Amino acid sequence: MIPRSFEYFSPRTLEEAIGLLQKLGPDAKLLSGGQSLIPMMKLRMVSPQHIVDINRIPNLDYISEIDGQLKIGALAREHQLETSDVISQKLPILADTAKFIADPLVRSQATVCGNLAHGDPANDHPATMLALGAKVVATGPKGPREIPIEDFFTSLFTTALEPEEILTEIRIPLPPANSGGTYLKLERKVGDFATAGVAAQLTLDDAGNCQRAGVGLTNVGLTPIKATKTEAFLTGKTLDQATINEAAEIAASESQPMDDIRGSADYKRDLVRVLTARALTRALERAKGGA
Amino acid sequence: MGKVAIKVNVNGVERAAEVEPRLLLVHFLRETLRLTGTHIGCDTSHCGACTVVMDGRAIKSCTTFAVQADGRNILTVEGLEQDGKLNPLQDGFYQEHGLQCGFCTPGMLMTGYVFLGENPNPTDDEIRHAISGNLCRCTGYVNIVKAYQYAAQKMREDGGA
Amino acid sequence: MTLKTPPEIGGMGHRVKRREDPRFLRGQGNYVDDVVLPDMLYLDIVRSPYAHAKIANIDTSKALAIPGVLAVITGKDLEKYNLHWMPTLMSDTQMVLPVEKVMYQAQEVAAVLATDRYIAADGVDAVEIDYDPLPVVVDPKKALEPDAPVLRTDKPDKKDNHIWHWEWGNREETDKLFSEAEVTVKEDIYIPRIHVSSIETCGCVAHFDKVRGKLTVWMTTQAPHAIRTVFALVAGHVGLSEEKIQIISPDIGGGFGGKVPVYPGYVIAVAASVLTGKPVKWIEDRMENIQADSFARDYHITAELAGKKDGQLTALRIKTIADHGYTDAAANPSKFPAGLFHVCTGSYDLKAAHVEVDGVYTNKPPGGIAYRCSFRVTEAVHTIERMADLMAHQLGMDAAEFRLKNFIQPEQFPYTSALGWEYDSGNYAGALRLAMEKVGYADLRKEQIEKRARGELMGVGISSFTEIVGAGPSKHFDILGLKMFDSAEIRVHPTGKVLARFGTKSQGQGHETTYAQVVAEELGFPVDSVLVEEGDTDTAPYGLGTYASRSTPVAAAACAMACRKIKDKARKIAAYLLEAHEDDLEWEPGKFFVKGSPDRAKTIQEISLAAYTNHPPGMEAGLEAVNYYDPPNLTYPFGSYICVVDIDKGTGEVKVRRFVAIDDCGNIINPMIVEGQIHGGLTMGLGPALFEEIQYDESGNILQGSFMNYLLPTAVETPNWEIGNTVTPSPHHPLGAKGVGESATVGAPAAIVNAVVDALWHLGVRHIDIPITPAKVWKLLRDAGVRE
Repeated sequence: MIPRSFEYFSPRTLEEAIGLLQKLGPDAKLLSGGQSLIPMMKLRMVSPQHIVDINRIPNLDYISEIDGQLKIGALAREHQLETSDVISQKLPILADTAKFIADPLVRSQATVCGNLAHGDPANDHPATMLALGAKVVATGPKGPREIPIEDFFTSLFTTALEPEEILTEIRIPLPPANSGGTYLKLERKVGDFATAGVAAQLTLDDAGNCQRAGVGLTNVGLTPIKATKTEAFLTGKTLDQATINEAAEIAASESQPMDDIRGSADYKRDLVRVLTARALTRALERAKGGA
Repeated sequence: MGKVAIKVNVNGVERAAEVEPRLLLVHFLRETLRLTGTHIGCDTSHCGACTVVMDGRAIKSCTTFAVQADGRNILTVEGLEQDGKLNPLQDGFYQEHGLQCGFCTPGMLMTGYVFLGENPNPTDDEIRHAISGNLCRCTGYVNIVKAYQYAAQKMREDGGA
Repeated sequence: MTLKTPPEIGGMGHRVKRREDPRFLRGQGNYVDDVVLPDMLYLDIVRSPYAHAKIANIDTSKALAIPGVLAVITGKDLEKYNLHWMPTLMSDTQMVLPVEKVMYQAQEVAAVLATDRYIAADGVDAVEIDYDPLPVVVDPKKALEPDAPVLRTDKPDKKDNHIWHWEWGNREETDKLFSEAEVTVKEDIYIPRIHVSSIETCGCVAHFDKVRGKLTVWMTTQAPHAIRTVFALVAGHVGLSEEKIQIISPDIGGGFGGKVPVYPGYVIAVAASVLTGKPVKWIEDRMENIQADSFARDYHITAELAGKKDGQLTALRIKTIADHGYTDAAANPSKFPAGLFHVCTGSYDLKAAHVEVDGVYTNKPPGGIAYRCSFRVTEAVHTIERMADLMAHQLGMDAAEFRLKNFIQPEQFPYTSALGWEYDSGNYAGALRLAMEKVGYADLRKEQIEKRARGELMGVGISSFTEIVGAGPSKHFDILGLKMFDSAEIRVHPTGKVLARFGTKSQGQGHETTYAQVVAEELGFPVDSVLVEEGDTDTAPYGLGTYASRSTPVAAAACAMACRKIKDKARKIAAYLLEAHEDDLEWEPGKFFVKGSPDRAKTIQEISLAAYTNHPPGMEAGLEAVNYYDPPNLTYPFGSYICVVDIDKGTGEVKVRRFVAIDDCGNIINPMIVEGQIHGGLTMGLGPALFEEIQYDESGNILQGSFMNYLLPTAVETPNWEIGNTVTPSPHHPLGAKGVGESATVGAPAAIVNAVVDALWHLGVRHIDIPITPAKVWKLLRDAGVRE
């Protein structure tokens, strides 16, 4: 449980951090929450030669409502999602998701941006961000650029971030009225990765039918999955039980799980079906004004 | 790889040292500072025996480098006592038989220190979730929940002492 | 139980707060990894990635080139001192470091000695080993096939992987009853390998003082004296002598059986210290602990129960294959290779039984040890409670009624079971009825019928277990020849304070409090005046340690007997001081007084002082006694547990809605501590029932090698245990007490499995092997056509 040696840098500005990444090259890794990186270093699964610790860069830990968007900064900790008023009022799905990540101690250090940047299909926020239609801001030597979340997860442990870029912000459009969502995860115990997880976010039109649906799937593929067929199916429909059940079947068919220690592919696929139905039901309740 | 100079405030005392960047905070506390109350129970960041408070947040010191603590305030189990008197949480564990072998106990206390500070009137369920990052094999958790409730009540009565 | 002492004295039955807590609460415990000595070196171990392979070459050059790495120790180095192999507790042999081949994944292959922990880890990384893989055997049934590769090539005459065959009971009578039976049930039950995973891992600091020729080892051990003797026998030839070996078991962060065996790391650390003359620290990390240290269980059981149509049980027949890994390193009393498995007739009045077990070698870590239970008793109880439930369900009888019909009745005690155990006392129906009342059994069955009609899955499961603890009478019980007595040495100081030392070793069970309470009970010294010490072999009387719930049955008995010797002498001193005849004195807690003249009294404190300042002529001064207690029998705590589960049809999750546990451990020393033991034991029953399992793939790779996949229950998974008790004293124990620390681990899994099977019985489910994971339940539901 002892990491290999490395050189340590603790920049005080974003520019300095990016400059270091440029200078040090691919053997440098960013340290923010460290709750994925440090365990891997202790097992010597990764041994970066240089660590660039961004925790001393001020003013990166914001969760702010600006211009119809919720903006989450690079150093916003998971724990903050659980206590934020704007999130509990407008985007409780984010608090639901945070509560399923690891355990409370990990969440006091782990960052939301880090949860995305790691590119692990087993992480929980990706599915939620996919369901919310978020964008991420990648800041590098050429400045910031916006990347839609559906283009962000390119492959296993790989994202659209360039080697010298830092994921500095998540931008989530604040949902209109008559919206609701939730994240459900089956874990073998608290602290485990998902056997399967489903994020569902709905917006209803004035008639109470589905105007927009966002559905994201956790740990049932090589990347987090946006269940686009499910979303398309739900759009415009009346969300009665039969429709929800059919949507759930479609979501299951969109998942690409593999057999592993958490269960068989068949089991995980069926879990996607079960959790999607439950998540949509809950999302609908919230969209109609329930808590 | 060269050492880094750090200054960490631990339990109210400024401690200076030169450390390898890879030195884990838990080893800094246990071996460099000889504060052995913080324990190591695993190598995959699951057990929480290493929990300390850094700048008001309960963290796993085995999943933090000592260099990250430079300029910060750390509170360990050794810093909970007030003038030789057990703090309400420590007293709660004593009154409610919240410990047996004692190995997970410092972690449970430090998690509780932050949790009860933010949640003065918790339900049993909220306590169970709060300690879900702290594993215990001896007690079955029932009396740990009672210890937290004892402390919470004492703190409410004493006005948050 | 009526309290015989007032709270100020704090004898038996009082909820005395724990004397050991102040240091733990302040982070001032002294665990092995807290021990720091000047010039201390660190040992870290290189482990095999292969389950079975020849060692072709070990290249230590890169490791030795790292500044701070002092040595790399291999099997060849230890072979020079004949320390490369050592005996196991079952008189088999195990490697300290291999010379020829490795036989399990994570086996110790070489050890790096360095000036600091971090450098030692770098050293381990730099050792290069070439292996030639050999065929791997992981299935014990395949290991017994005639063409299986023979694993123990170190044993010249060994031609197979069969270790031993053990059987017990009356085969003919049993077979006869089976052939006559009106009803029989048969089931294959696999109880998988699990691991105690106490939060503190194993380790030691070995310090050989070259000048004094003395070896001191701080060690995570539950049995320090046995270790000392084993070291003297194994390493006598390298200059170690028992009077100059000191084993110190300081504060231990949980044992549960995992800290009984002698692990290679300890021996290598000792060897390294002897060679260098410097203290050597070895602390394993969690993955090493799970992957290499002794496992528990791994029994492949085929059980059959015979009975009459009216539910009366007649006979039990069991065949078991015991997977021991590559060597039999179990920690059992030597005459019982399958431990006390033959308590498997359980709480029922069976007419005949026969049980046989075959031990098998496989390419896995060696073992097994008892995981918070008496030797192989969880396996025994799980089997009989599953089978009883199966029979009840098969006959359409209520599970509680079935048990009440078959229980050994109170008037039958002491009861000799069909397999020869003399149960000391019990009131099984009392415990079950109390559990039924507390859980609201009748209402639950009504609710179950209603829910089932609506397609909801709810189950109620019972486990009515008898444990067998307190090894044990010297006639039958020894470990490596050391009889399983235990001891107490009580010394009273002039100022009326007491020092009490024992041959046991608490790892969280609260002996500093409970033994003090026994002294308080017997002699009336306030519990706060009694200092209890354990664990230092230089000062503690010889004992076999703490495991298998033996401390209260054996050492607390020794305590009482030693106290009674002291009381006899105290009476004589009191008589002398009061100028009365001994027979004219009466005792109340803390004082002797003259019959009829209560003001003519001497307190125990006055007597203590007099023992040193004014003792009767002709009597030796002082006030102390030693007792080595050889228990006349084991003790048989028991209980009834009732578990209520609800099953999520969509996900397969089993939610334990309620769990009522009624335990009976006879007279209770400290109810607060007993409750804590039950809570903890239930949680270590829940873990294996729903979460914990160690599996190997065909190449011998472990699948649950860290807490990532070896799943310990957190406070969220753990229900709020509802507990209660009955009191049926042990007639042969001086305090009427029985052991209790492990009962709940023994009884709980069956209650949970019985509940789940009960919930799914109508779907055709008859048995599920633990752990009952959501994935397993989901599969059963889908196969039965149930889908949310």
